[in-house]
Amino acid sequence: MVTYEASSDQAIRLRFPWFFPKILPMPLAIEDVARIAHLARIHISDEEAQRTLAQLNDIFAMIEQMRAVDTTGVEPMAHPLGGSQRLRDDVATEPDWREAAMRNAPAHENGLFLVPKVIE
Amino acid sequence: MARSHPNWEVVIGLETHAQLSTRSKIFSSASTAFGAAPNSQASVVDLALPGVLPVLNRGAVERAIRFGLAVGAKISPRSVFARKNYFYPDLPKGYQISQYELPVVVGGTVRIQVGDVEKIVQLTRAHLEEDAGKSLHEDFHGMSGIDLNRAGTPLLEIVTEPDMRSAAEAVAYAKALHALVQWIGICDGNMQEGSFRCDANVSVRPMGSDKLGTRCEIKNLNSFRFLEQAIEHEVDRQIELIEGGGTVVQETRLYDPDRDETRAMRSKEDAQDYRYFPDPDLLPLVIADDWIERVRAEMPELPEAKRARLEREHGLAPYDAAALTATREMADWFEATLAALPGQAKLCANWIMGEVSARLNRDEIELAQAPITATALAGLLARVVDGTLSGKMAKEVFDAMWAGEGSADAIIEARGLKQISDSGAIEKIIDDVLAANPKSVEEFRAGKDKAFNALVGQVMKASKGKANPQQVNDLLRAKLG
Amino acid sequence: MSELAQSSVAELGRLLAAKQVSAVELAELFLARIDAHRDLNAFLDVRPEATLAQARDADRRRAQGETGALLGVPMAHKDIFVTREWASTASSKMLEGYMSPFDATVVEQLRTAGMVCLGKLNCDEFAMGSSNENSAYGPVLNPWDKGAVPGGSSGGSSAAVAARIAPVATATDTGGSIREPAAFTGITGTKPTYGRPSRWGMIAFASSLDTAGLMTHSAEDAALVLSSMLGFDPKDSTSVDRPAEDCARDLAKPVKGLRIGVPKEFFGAGLSPDVEQAVRAALDVYRGLGAEIREISLPNAALGIPVYYVVAPAECSSNLSRFDGVRYGHRAKHHGDLADMIKRSRAEGLGPEPKRRILIGAYVLSHGYYDAYYLKAQQVRRLIADEFQRAFTECDVIAGPVTTTVAFGFGEKAADPVSMYLADLYTVPGSLAGIPSMSIPCGFGDKGRPVGLQLMANYFDEARMLGAAHQYQLATDWHKRVPAGF
Repeated sequence: MVTYEASSDQAIRLRFPWFFPKILPMPLAIEDVARIAHLARIHISDEEAQRTLAQLNDIFAMIEQMRAVDTTGVEPMAHPLGGSQRLRDDVATEPDWREAAMRNAPAHENGLFLVPKVIE
Repeated sequence: MARSHPNWEVVIGLETHAQLSTRSKIFSSASTAFGAAPNSQASVVDLALPGVLPVLNRGAVERAIRFGLAVGAKISPRSVFARKNYFYPDLPKGYQISQYELPVVVGGTVRIQVGDVEKIVQLTRAHLEEDAGKSLHEDFHGMSGIDLNRAGTPLLEIVTEPDMRSAAEAVAYAKALHALVQWIGICDGNMQEGSFRCDANVSVRPMGSDKLGTRCEIKNLNSFRFLEQAIEHEVDRQIELIEGGGTVVQETRLYDPDRDETRAMRSKEDAQDYRYFPDPDLLPLVIADDWIERVRAEMPELPEAKRARLEREHGLAPYDAAALTATREMADWFEATLAALPGQAKLCANWIMGEVSARLNRDEIELAQAPITATALAGLLARVVDGTLSGKMAKEVFDAMWAGEGSADAIIEARGLKQISDSGAIEKIIDDVLAANPKSVEEFRAGKDKAFNALVGQVMKASKGKANPQQVNDLLRAKLG
Repeated sequence: MSELAQSSVAELGRLLAAKQVSAVELAELFLARIDAHRDLNAFLDVRPEATLAQARDADRRRAQGETGALLGVPMAHKDIFVTREWASTASSKMLEGYMSPFDATVVEQLRTAGMVCLGKLNCDEFAMGSSNENSAYGPVLNPWDKGAVPGGSSGGSSAAVAARIAPVATATDTGGSIREPAAFTGITGTKPTYGRPSRWGMIAFASSLDTAGLMTHSAEDAALVLSSMLGFDPKDSTSVDRPAEDCARDLAKPVKGLRIGVPKEFFGAGLSPDVEQAVRAALDVYRGLGAEIREISLPNAALGIPVYYVVAPAECSSNLSRFDGVRYGHRAKHHGDLADMIKRSRAEGLGPEPKRRILIGAYVLSHGYYDAYYLKAQQVRRLIADEFQRAFTECDVIAGPVTTTVAFGFGEKAADPVSMYLADLYTVPGSLAGIPSMSIPCGFGDKGRPVGLQLMANYFDEARMLGAAHQYQLATDWHKRVPAGF
């Protein structure tokens, strides 16, 4: 088993200085981390949130250079090859997958997936 | 019941989810049939297992095109499926595939009538999306059960502008839309099974104001009655709130029909941020003109066009024409009856709107389940036209037909109900009656008109009600003349 | 027997056809090698019974007169492809022990061709990473130097093929996950055009980028196996509807007159001298073979990394939402209400890198940021793709380095996401455009670690790219070098 050393790669920072701006724009605040962690439904401790904030600000600082590009009139590229959606004939051909599905279910009964009480 | 609020204007917009009547789901080949064992109709795609991908159902798109043509909307040549991201246990992927910026149907109108007033409701858009599964709340050791059979069922979400000004208008719109989607065959309209569900956006503003008030969205309205009650309740609540010095908070509320009240939904407490973006698993939906034209060519005649034609070609009154085009089944039935009995539009209309509708209501059944066919009804009415049956006798035969005793002619034969229209036979009865009632004859001749009616009654009685009343009238007057 | 393990797919096919070896014997040989080299941690799930059953089936098919160059040849799948007979985990604790009820299309295709599956290969969790250090099941060692990473995310695939414990392995490439590990382990890694291999059954990371491909000893093997992997799949809406083709058709074509474009931006500051030297030497080989080397420019290619780290996390944040502990996968033992159950299951089941990318993705798609980040990235992505199209009017293939350095050591970049992300600097532009590209071994750099040469071609031009690679491999023997002890 390999043990990790938490050291950042200084060499690469020297070779690619433009990816590592000295003055970080710091677009995110700790509240943003809490907000997006909640949106993404990921439990995060305060300590983790602090560490994540620093990393995300590093990453967003790197992303900044993209935002400076003039893209006036450029059509966004959602798919590499373009094209249009293919359509399927309206026929019902699927077998019953219930048993297979229940085999991987963390909790189930009578063919239903069980979860903590849903409150609307 | 509805309170009157003369100082307030109510503003309502509706979002309706019509379940499209496809055989398979919108992005998988699983069946959409209702009522199967839990999770037995959830394919690996509907279960969102790792590695699965969606492929769009042509039937769902075609139904959206049909709807767009029916409401005079623009069919987008290019529309885009987007992911609406949120977590809910009945939403297996953690996002719903819907359409956001570019929907398949844009604009359109639905004509409604409230009392004598006609009104046009503008549609904003209609877009394709998938339904979620169901959470079952009966107790599984304090847990909920998730059934994904409904997940992936195709829906057309039809959104109006905030054009309606009362619960009555909202209901009229919902009913018109409900009839339309069934008329064009894209939705079975079964509200109990959830095939047609409305959400209402309700706000109020002081009369005369042109600024919209803060709206609340009421969900879970699966009957016209609930729609009406929920809106009326919500209007009362908002006005009371404002008049009491409070302010309306924009929120989603759930209508509870048992308590006739709306309450804020707990699961929607969080400010929603759906993070919509184009679904990278799907390419843009491109609909070529020739496809639209093919669908247009296969469209049934729409209610409005049919109504106008019934008035124009068959001389029906506007009220009758509207009533007969309330549903496609009714209109088809009428036209089938008329086809078997040309030239008798008014008679056919009266019977269908009268006797037939009354029986359907009494028996709580749909036209499709009626025990008689349109042709059979025409067979009965033909006997009225040719004088075989009087109106009263016809009703008796109709009852027998409804009870399953056979065709009109068979019942007439079996019951000996044939009307006497033979002048000679009627004259003979008249002669007997006149001979037996000299007093009445005398009175008539002395100018008492009532005596004439008494004589008619005697003739009808003597004929056991089978004599053609018009002939009896004419012949009697001639004899006494 | 060890010589047999060094054989290419093409050679194994010939030996099987000549009945000099059976599929069962080959399966046993490689299963034994997998067992002997367990310290590499390349495999996550090995089930000899399932493998031998497939081998017996292949022998039976051959006995019944079936032929086919791949019938009975062993292979292994990256654990991103779902399989019915082996667990499918994406190297995540979230999917520990998950058994798919269906096979991925690529799995089915290779099975139909008669290939025998040896098991599932380790990778970075959900294919997110460049070193294989992000696997929930531990890192994979580089057979050339056990102190170095094998690259990622397809690190199990690259290590297994480099160590000759599998003659060929499937892999996936989203931003460089085939080419970078192939370069780090001195093997041939091929990523075809996006949309040509089916994505059905690939556990999704970033749907508009994910592409299945191969790790092989040589371009010739890649062409052989790839021909069975491309083709239209009605289950994948982004699958390209083109007839299958013989990717080996241009292998024998000399490169004389071939126009090779060399992007000057790939040789700027930042490229380490040992890598540059090996790559330039490779270009000299091509020059010697009569190819025309011309400098081209891809000015926006350097923006590939920022664009990629908006687009890929956005898609992954949504793709990984299905892992909620409701229907399958990890569910936290201790939790409160429903929302807490989902939050804790995801916090426990997902590792740091997927979580980090999910958060980036949630941010760039969230209200008020969509236009500034996501839409902008999709626009710059178009600029990058257009640049390639302009370049391909001036050249037939593009050549350059795969990575800025040779394989790095464990832990060197683990705590610094941005420096890790730069490992894909030269591979991400091709991924964003969706063009085919590959890495072929072209020498050794610092500490004797392998260097890769990247070749890129225009959409659907795999055959030409593989032909150019094969011609190089006819003239050199880097691809035949095997790490000591294997």
